[in-house]
Amino acid sequence: MAEKTSLSLLAERLRNFPARPRTKIMEVCGTHTVAIRRAGIQHLLPAGAKLVSGPGCPVCVTPDHFIDEAVALARLGVIVTSFGDMLRVPGSRSSLEQERAAGSDIRAVYSPLDALQIAAATGRETVFLAVGFETTAPAIAAAGMMALEKKIANFSLLTALRLVPPALKALITPPQGDAAAEPTAVPQGDAADTEISGFLLPGHVSAVIGKQAYGFLEKHRLPGVISGFTAEDIITSLLHLLEMHNKGIYKIMNNYPRVVRDHGNERSRTVLAEAFAPVDAEWRGLGSIPASGLQLRPAFAVLDARRRFAIEVEAAPPRAGCRCGDVLRGRIDPPACPMFNKACRPDRPLGPCMVSSEGSCCAWVTYG
Amino acid sequence: MCLAVPMKIVEITGDMAVVESAGLRREVGIMLLANARINDWVLIHAGFAISKLSKKQARETLAIFAEGNFFG
Amino acid sequence: MDKVLLAHGGGGSKSAELTRKVFQRFLRDPLLMEMDDAARLPGQVFTTDSFVVKPLFFPGGDIGRLAVCGTVNDLAVMGAEPLYLSIAFIIEEGFPVAALEKILASISKACRQSGARIVCADTKVVERGKADGLFINTAGIGRPVFSKAVHPSRIRPGDAIMVNGPLGLHGISVLTARGEFGLRASVRSDVAPLWGLISKCRALDVPFMRDPTRGGLAQTLNELTHGKEFGARIREHDLPIPKKVAAVCDLLGFDPLHVANEGKVVMVVARSDAARALKALRRHPLGKAACLIGEITKENQGRVVMATRAGSERIVMPPVGEILPRIC
Repeated sequence: MAEKTSLSLLAERLRNFPARPRTKIMEVCGTHTVAIRRAGIQHLLPAGAKLVSGPGCPVCVTPDHFIDEAVALARLGVIVTSFGDMLRVPGSRSSLEQERAAGSDIRAVYSPLDALQIAAATGRETVFLAVGFETTAPAIAAAGMMALEKKIANFSLLTALRLVPPALKALITPPQGDAAAEPTAVPQGDAADTEISGFLLPGHVSAVIGKQAYGFLEKHRLPGVISGFTAEDIITSLLHLLEMHNKGIYKIMNNYPRVVRDHGNERSRTVLAEAFAPVDAEWRGLGSIPASGLQLRPAFAVLDARRRFAIEVEAAPPRAGCRCGDVLRGRIDPPACPMFNKACRPDRPLGPCMVSSEGSCCAWVTYG
Repeated sequence: MCLAVPMKIVEITGDMAVVESAGLRREVGIMLLANARINDWVLIHAGFAISKLSKKQARETLAIFAEGNFFG
Repeated sequence: MDKVLLAHGGGGSKSAELTRKVFQRFLRDPLLMEMDDAARLPGQVFTTDSFVVKPLFFPGGDIGRLAVCGTVNDLAVMGAEPLYLSIAFIIEEGFPVAALEKILASISKACRQSGARIVCADTKVVERGKADGLFINTAGIGRPVFSKAVHPSRIRPGDAIMVNGPLGLHGISVLTARGEFGLRASVRSDVAPLWGLISKCRALDVPFMRDPTRGGLAQTLNELTHGKEFGARIREHDLPIPKKVAAVCDLLGFDPLHVANEGKVVMVVARSDAARALKALRRHPLGKAACLIGEITKENQGRVVMATRAGSERIVMPPVGEILPRIC
């Protein structure tokens, strides 16, 4: 293909950009992880610059305990509905896929509305695994409201929703003396030696929370660019980040104006806030982060599967040898984990970073 | 964590709408948008419209999409 | 593994795992171990396949058409003219005769189009709830007629990789016909008998052909290169993915390279015959959109890589298990 497309011109600009040495850009959206690796954009970075993946995959940051709860529910005989991403994630003893093979009624759905429809159609207790960030939380809130409005009493939510800005804050200012954070050995490799120079910010989360939500990054002198998901979007966003880092400019830029309004989507935020309140939450690899999760407000407590069903789940034993936590912090690249692509592979995953198609480890194996 | 695609609203019934793209249709919730209208291009995520594409920007987007799939 | 999972039937690496770890411990005949689409016997080629598709009827075809074309194509990609088929039905009690008649008419038509004759058949009926409507098995015998052996041992770096038309139609057709995930779309399956098309290349040097069914193009290309001393390199820009397929894949988070095809053949053609092969394919109605998508390479041994639109490269892995809709 001799002709120069606008994309190939952008790629060339990126390849030739005079980046400062030890520039480390972190992306915090699983969809970005996949988009980057599918297009091979990590190979287009100029010398001196490196891309790392952060805790941007809601499946990966969900602790084992959640899967164990979902498995317990499935064994009770309720219909468990979930986004496809969760089905193969190993909990401490089993996965939903394995439970389905053993006879539990577990169904992958595209939308919580589909789960609601299953509840309405079957009349059986139906639980939806409510996992996701701010992009998805309003949709789940809306589905919950519809359940109440339509008096579909046999529908409930098992929640593990997380918020992005608190996680970003935790990455740049690690909490002191946090016993819950997984102990890490001396960080290895380039990723750990270099501090983060800037963030590629999640385009669709930002469509909900807006540019304003990232104001704290400026205080830490860190640039951030809200980016879309095409190769063109990502490359232009990276160029902006590299330029800002070079010039010592610490701004938040909206490079996805066709979808993201600077003020975000207020209606979505209102719906979210009506059904959910912030709560401290556990993140794999980051430990407990204050006000980083969402729980159902009292008016919606009737939708809470944890209240409706008595599910007793033992605390999950720590996962021996798994370094998902360090991968999620951007401390190591997946190949630095001793189990990467050996004991832990996409068809035989041990940790969530490998099982989720947006997990860094899976993306590395799948796309190179 | 944000698989979402642009689709066009072709029908509205209360809080629900039918959206369409390349001959593909689905019913989605529009209660997360302040003022969705027929012929609006909206971003669809998990069965809901979560943002409107600005009309000017939508034209540019369509040009990008014409080159291949959404992920580039 | 102590239970068979749905993922084991997906045609990707999990299926391969079940084959390797369970089946091949007991079924180890050397002819079977070649793991081609059909077994090469003296003077003939022999294959079998079972069909469990849901829904039974979809735009562009039905389980009957699929049952004939699937087996006929497994013979055709070995460079063999399909001659005879057997067919066996497992019917669920209560299945409407009118539906059965439609399927049989479809089978009959597909045979006429493919040139293969059904010469033996069997029918079983099982209790309600035990067969999901209808399952069909077919087996087929063909006669190799390609002048140069269609055998992967003859693949060389530099050989051209081509496909006869747009990818992903069958899998998306069936998915949308099931009304799954609330999608409404009319996508016609590409299910078709391919011998008429493939035979146009019988005098050319074609070391390898395969129909990219379950697991899609990604599965087929990985089977082609796995453990070999060559690699495959395809170009994203040249892959024929129809808009409707792309739209569904984008919405649900599928990779179009993982989606099943039932009227497509991937061919590896000796470089010297590549131009002629394309011309020959394009003269046939099922090959009008035939195109070059890549080549066999010395580098990347055992792997499949893709030149991306962004001017970079990435590897193409086979699908792992079932293809599921994602949120991420």
